[in-house]
Amino acid sequence: MTNLNALAAISILYVLFLFGVAFFAERASRRGRAKWLRAPIIYTLSLSIYCTAWTFYGAVGSAARNGFEYLTIYLGPSLVLIGWWWVLRKLVRIGRVQRITSIADLISSRYGKSNLLGVGVTLLAVIGTTPYIALQLQSVTLSVEVFHHATPGGVEEQSTAFWVAVGLAVFTVIFGTRNLDANERHHGVVMAIAVEAIVKLAALMAVGIFVVWGISGGVSETLARIDASELGQWEVNGGRWAGLMFLSAAAFLCLPRMFQVMVVENDNDQQLRMAAWAFPLYLMLMSLFIVPIAVVGLDVLPAGSNPDLFVLTVPLEYGQNALALLSFLGGFSSATSMVIVAAIALSTMVSNHIVMPIWLRLNENMVSVSGDVRHVVLLSRRLSIAGVLSLGYLYYSQSGGGAALSVIGLVAFTGVAQVLPAMLGGIFWRGATRIGALAGLTVGFVVWLYTLYLPSFGPGAIIPKSFFENGPFGIGWLHPEALFGISGIDPLLHAVIWSLSLNTVAFFVASLASFPSPLERLQGAQFVNIQQGTGGTRSWSHGAAEAEDLMVMAQRILGATDAQALFLREARRQGSETHLPAPTPEFLQILERELAGSVGAATAHAMVGQIVGGMSVSVEDLMAVADETAQMMEYSATLEAQSQELSRTAAQLRAANDKLTRLSVQKDAFLSQISHELRTPMTSIRAFSEILRDGDGITPEEQSKYASIIHDEAIRLTRLLDDLLDLSVLENGQVSLNLGDGLLCDVLDRAEAAALAYDDKRGLEIIRDASKEQVWLNTDTERLSQVFINLISNARKYCDAPQRVLEIRVTKGETLSVDFIDNGSGVATEAQDVIFEKFARVSDQKAGGAGLGLAISRQIVTRLGGAISYLPGEGGAAFRVVLPLDRALAAQ
Amino acid sequence: MSQQAGNDIPEDLTEKTGGSDKIPLFVERQTYRRRRLVDAARALPVLGILLWLLPLLWAVPETSTRASTGLIYVFAVWLGLPVIAGVLIHAMNRRAQPPHPEDET
Repeated sequence: MTNLNALAAISILYVLFLFGVAFFAERASRRGRAKWLRAPIIYTLSLSIYCTAWTFYGAVGSAARNGFEYLTIYLGPSLVLIGWWWVLRKLVRIGRVQRITSIADLISSRYGKSNLLGVGVTLLAVIGTTPYIALQLQSVTLSVEVFHHATPGGVEEQSTAFWVAVGLAVFTVIFGTRNLDANERHHGVVMAIAVEAIVKLAALMAVGIFVVWGISGGVSETLARIDASELGQWEVNGGRWAGLMFLSAAAFLCLPRMFQVMVVENDNDQQLRMAAWAFPLYLMLMSLFIVPIAVVGLDVLPAGSNPDLFVLTVPLEYGQNALALLSFLGGFSSATSMVIVAAIALSTMVSNHIVMPIWLRLNENMVSVSGDVRHVVLLSRRLSIAGVLSLGYLYYSQSGGGAALSVIGLVAFTGVAQVLPAMLGGIFWRGATRIGALAGLTVGFVVWLYTLYLPSFGPGAIIPKSFFENGPFGIGWLHPEALFGISGIDPLLHAVIWSLSLNTVAFFVASLASFPSPLERLQGAQFVNIQQGTGGTRSWSHGAAEAEDLMVMAQRILGATDAQALFLREARRQGSETHLPAPTPEFLQILERELAGSVGAATAHAMVGQIVGGMSVSVEDLMAVADETAQMMEYSATLEAQSQELSRTAAQLRAANDKLTRLSVQKDAFLSQISHELRTPMTSIRAFSEILRDGDGITPEEQSKYASIIHDEAIRLTRLLDDLLDLSVLENGQVSLNLGDGLLCDVLDRAEAAALAYDDKRGLEIIRDASKEQVWLNTDTERLSQVFINLISNARKYCDAPQRVLEIRVTKGETLSVDFIDNGSGVATEAQDVIFEKFARVSDQKAGGAGLGLAISRQIVTRLGGAISYLPGEGGAAFRVVLPLDRALAAQ
Repeated sequence: MSQQAGNDIPEDLTEKTGGSDKIPLFVERQTYRRRRLVDAARALPVLGILLWLLPLLWAVPETSTRASTGLIYVFAVWLGLPVIAGVLIHAMNRRAQPPHPEDET
């Protein structure tokens, strides 16, 4: 047996060795050679603080007592890491970007930097962790006791626990509060933990290998031995198997110490990527030899031996003192690393969320007073560490180190798991609110206290015995271990199910029902969308903050050198020549985040708030956001309107272009038509005039014939030119109408006479109804008769009936219609819509005119305010002239 | 051919500017592969839960399972899952030339 002094000496040597490791790591990191300290493998090993003495010793005990259930405690965290892409990746990033210092800081920061939530989570963590620390002290004491048969619960045992607690406090204070900025990471501590991780794995595996190959004689023999033992059948309670797996996974995320090493100490994604596969393997190795050790222990040790200590007692039973010593160091490592990290995490939380806010309130007007407050923060942390460890020790000494402690592990797990809904809701759901988180935490905490924590002290200890018989005050459905009358569930499972489900429901419902403050919403968006970029919360308004005050305050928190460096850097970035940057919102945000790395988000926010004036989210910022949105919408609406207008204009332009193209084509056609019309008579005139000039034997008859041809053609030319001129004048609107009163019958008479003046032999009979023609017109009678002449001559020229008849029909209604209907074959359907165009002639063979007559007529009638159209279906060619009657007066 | 991963928008356009003529096809394939790797990483814990909840079905004591069988099964899964996770992460690291390939969610 190793005696107590030797054991103490070895322990102290081991602790000194750890001091050395931590010291060298700190020194290397200060000299900037810390690259290897950030190696992913160190990070992975540091996660092993999950495996405390409770798991180092207790797993074997648990396996001996409850079979294979112990596996779930490791399976849950393995799943969390294998599923790193879902939660851990996001959590770690949020931790880095927002400079989160603890899980309480995460919750507080996410829900609008609410200190109330920070305090709540801190209290929960302290209540959940204190018994756990007590458990570590107990396990160290018990393991010492194995080597030295002291009286259980005696003075020596107490003193062991006391000195272990003191030693741990010293270590933690030295290496845990060296840096104020939690984000500057405790390289020394992490390194020491990594070393301890190797020690405990090596110790457990050494014992396991000794048991499997040294005692049992090989793998197959060991398996046979397991099957032959009382653990020989695979029996697990289904509910507990699934429930504990879930619970351990939840606790793995929520335990303050796990959060500390996993999120706060995390430096880059690469670390997580290695831990994601390597840490499950570590856990697998840690639990690989548990069952063999338990089986052998049950086998060889006398009945009634404490199975929690099989890891020590089995090697001792076989006289393997060195192995037992290694195993002791493994257990010692497990206990110390857990206590150190838990103390750091808790002290950060207590100092940032409880001590600092109180200090700030007490010294409300002293924030901008000069003087380093770092010592306040450091002192508060150191005192917190001492406080946390004293609490642990007190808890241990008061509980008497009995069996009550061994169940506390899972009870503590359930307690800290209450943070899970608020945490996961906070990082995945923007709708989660502060009220929701408060409600969920409160409900979960109360249910946990009532159904698990308080009953764990035993019936009658805190909760009266009567509660466990008939429920409180006889209310059966409030029975602590059978809420709502659902009994028969395992008490732990019962508490887990009810606390977490009621917690989640309260969190969700209260989140839905409440309305978050602007800062909460900004923070929520930041946390949930952490992947999309790291834009900060613009939470400070311009103006009121004085750069000097800020400088004074920052110096007190960050230290003069760091603060001045920060201010100078920011001043240069702003392009300022002085040492003080302007207190822009951007700068304030950077400063706040720097401070948050030291004192937590809520405190940093409060401190900056005291100087800036407490405007957490400036109305201007919000309005700017709203304005921007409104402007964007307005702008896009304008764009849309403009684009519509553009497309309309484009359509108009296209139409105009089409029209111009058509007009151009028409003009070309017109010109070629005109030249053709002019050229035909010109050709005859030139030909005949040449004959006359050169003609020698031309008879006088021929001469007069040729001359008359020339004359006729010249007349035709003149008429054509007259018509063209007329049309051009009419089309340009330059014509001046010579308005006067006249009777329609007079106009018709004149037109008839003129049209028939050159009558050929065939004759044209005109049918008129004189009674209807007694209509007074106020119009240009000259122009009107020109139209009528044209229409009558057309009938004379083009009517192909043998006995040509033209009927002129006058109808008086709203307007005055004068129809000219002949008895010929009419105008072909396809020609009807072009006859009013210039040079449109129905047929070439009767080339009586230039094809301008109807075009001119239409222009005239239009000028006179009427219309001329072709009337189809009247048996012959029929034209209707419509004249307005407002100018037409009745004859009488 | 180059459209075979057409529904995947290249997440990092700077990848495209870097080099030889076969880049577009290459990038799309790579992006596609990377996303499938992420899918696998997401699915792995689900597989783990299923595999580790399977022992609950043995609890029906028709023919009771021997403890060694159960242990071997649980530990085999425990060895397999991290190995697969490690292979996936290794593949991700190898394919992740741009700084934050996992930035898409």
